[in-house]
Amino acid sequence: MSLSLAEGTLRQSDYWWTVFKRTWKGGAISSFISPLFYVVAMGVLLGGFIAGDPAKLEGATSYLSFIVPGLVATHAMQIAVGETTYPVMGMMKWHKTYYSMIATPLEPRHLVAANLMFVLFRLATACGVFMLVLAPFGVFESWWGPFLAFGSQLLVGMAFAGLVYGYSARIRNEAAFGVLFRLGVLPLTLFSGAFFPISNLGPVLEWVARFTPLWHGVNLSRMFCLDTVDWSTAALNAGVLVAAIVVGWFWAVSGLEKRLVD
Amino acid sequence: MIVARGLRKSFGDFEAVKGIDVEVRRGEAFGFLGPNGAGKSSTMRMIASVSPISGGTLEILGMDPAKDGPAIRGRLGVCPQEDTLDNELNVRDNLYIYGRYFGIPKGEVNSRVDELLEFVSLTEKAKSKVEDLSGGMKRRLTIARSLVNKPDLLLLDEPTTGLDPQARHVLWDQLFRLKQAGVTLVITTHYMDEAEQLCDRLVVMDKGLIAAEGSPRQLIEEHSTREVAELRFNIQDEGNPHELIAHKIEDLGRLEVLPDRILVYSPDGEEVIAKVHERGLDPIAVLVRRSTLEDVFLKLTGRTLVD
Repeated sequence: MSLSLAEGTLRQSDYWWTVFKRTWKGGAISSFISPLFYVVAMGVLLGGFIAGDPAKLEGATSYLSFIVPGLVATHAMQIAVGETTYPVMGMMKWHKTYYSMIATPLEPRHLVAANLMFVLFRLATACGVFMLVLAPFGVFESWWGPFLAFGSQLLVGMAFAGLVYGYSARIRNEAAFGVLFRLGVLPLTLFSGAFFPISNLGPVLEWVARFTPLWHGVNLSRMFCLDTVDWSTAALNAGVLVAAIVVGWFWAVSGLEKRLVD
Repeated sequence: MIVARGLRKSFGDFEAVKGIDVEVRRGEAFGFLGPNGAGKSSTMRMIASVSPISGGTLEILGMDPAKDGPAIRGRLGVCPQEDTLDNELNVRDNLYIYGRYFGIPKGEVNSRVDELLEFVSLTEKAKSKVEDLSGGMKRRLTIARSLVNKPDLLLLDEPTTGLDPQARHVLWDQLFRLKQAGVTLVITTHYMDEAEQLCDRLVVMDKGLIAAEGSPRQLIEEHSTREVAELRFNIQDEGNPHELIAHKIEDLGRLEVLPDRILVYSPDGEEVIAKVHERGLDPIAVLVRRSTLEDVFLKLTGRTLVD
């Protein structure tokens, strides 16, 4: 008899609690302070030179309010990628923690689930606090929008968490993370609509951007923050992210199974 | 406890275990003795129900690892070859958290952890970081961890590899006490002294197959003589190579000609030495000793255990 997913995940709660206790300070700095630098530098200071024309900024009345929802969504992606690259590699290759775990009744899917729950927790605290800090800047157009924007940030984070986890489980050498960061994370950060409207990319590249999971998260987060929700687009955005989460889950579990059970 | 018939394990084209029959009974200490690469660890991982079998049948605690892996693992203790302790956690938390993976309630794990720390003499180190422990202490902690679920069957993969002699003896003592307490032990090792010390019964493995099976004493009686005379000659003496010397003493007993010495198997080693001297041969060092499992292995495979 195999353990249920919930039971197996719950049995690792003490472990992840100790991980949280020893990492939260460093996490706090990278989660809250560095994005705040982005907001101040790009949103406030650079944004001072950019005319806040709602027609050109997808409905935003200032560059700051345009960039903020995209920045938080991008930040969610970066946290998810950070938590599912080197830490996952470490659990397999350097500390072998996973190998000791599967010698117990736990199975790879339980390990993936607990690890992803931890990522979700990291995302929730990081994005939640970030959104709270931003509230006084007057960048939210409704009281309910930021809550749904927060949900969309969790969705985009989890979409990347599963997909990148599956990648990390399959590579043998951490040098492959360099490829992921340079050819994946960096261009997505720059060109998925966080810093400028993707219509500026020209028709072809705009469509390329529309196929990236990050754009769906950025767009969803922005529509909710600016209260410019087009519900059919929102449903599409959310659908793509949920689909990426489902695919990411199976990709991550099968990757870890291949790695640990041979 | 374990029944394997024609058990096989392949990785791609490479066949690590080529069809072995093994039966381990309740309460015994069973050993897999063989050199590195003999297939011991692959066998052990199949028994630990973390590596699917490639052929044959395997039954552990009356269950099929392919179907009942989690249930089997819940009743096993595993002490892997490489330490998989969590270096970021202190000694106590390593045991506590591991106990939680088995679903043992918090209060019960806590009291069991205290008992186990006592058993492996690490009570005073409870709050220490794992990184600060010596190799022997880490291994004892790993053994304590493998006992946290009160296993019916304890698997130890090369338990004392890399430890200094004193630490090995401490560990052997603890394993012996577990055996006395009725825990079934399965041990892989490439140290014949370890196998002789700990195992009631063992199989000698070589190249994925079982070369012999029995108690250490049986194996020695069957495959070797009571004593062995070891003769060392001056290797520099090119006019008198080992092969030539061997030719002169081949009637004294079965010979093993090694690069650094010649072994003569005989019921009476002293008599062999006397005869060697009578024939005008002058070894630079001689040693008479009892036969060991190393000699059994040498006879069965033509190779030494630790290359």
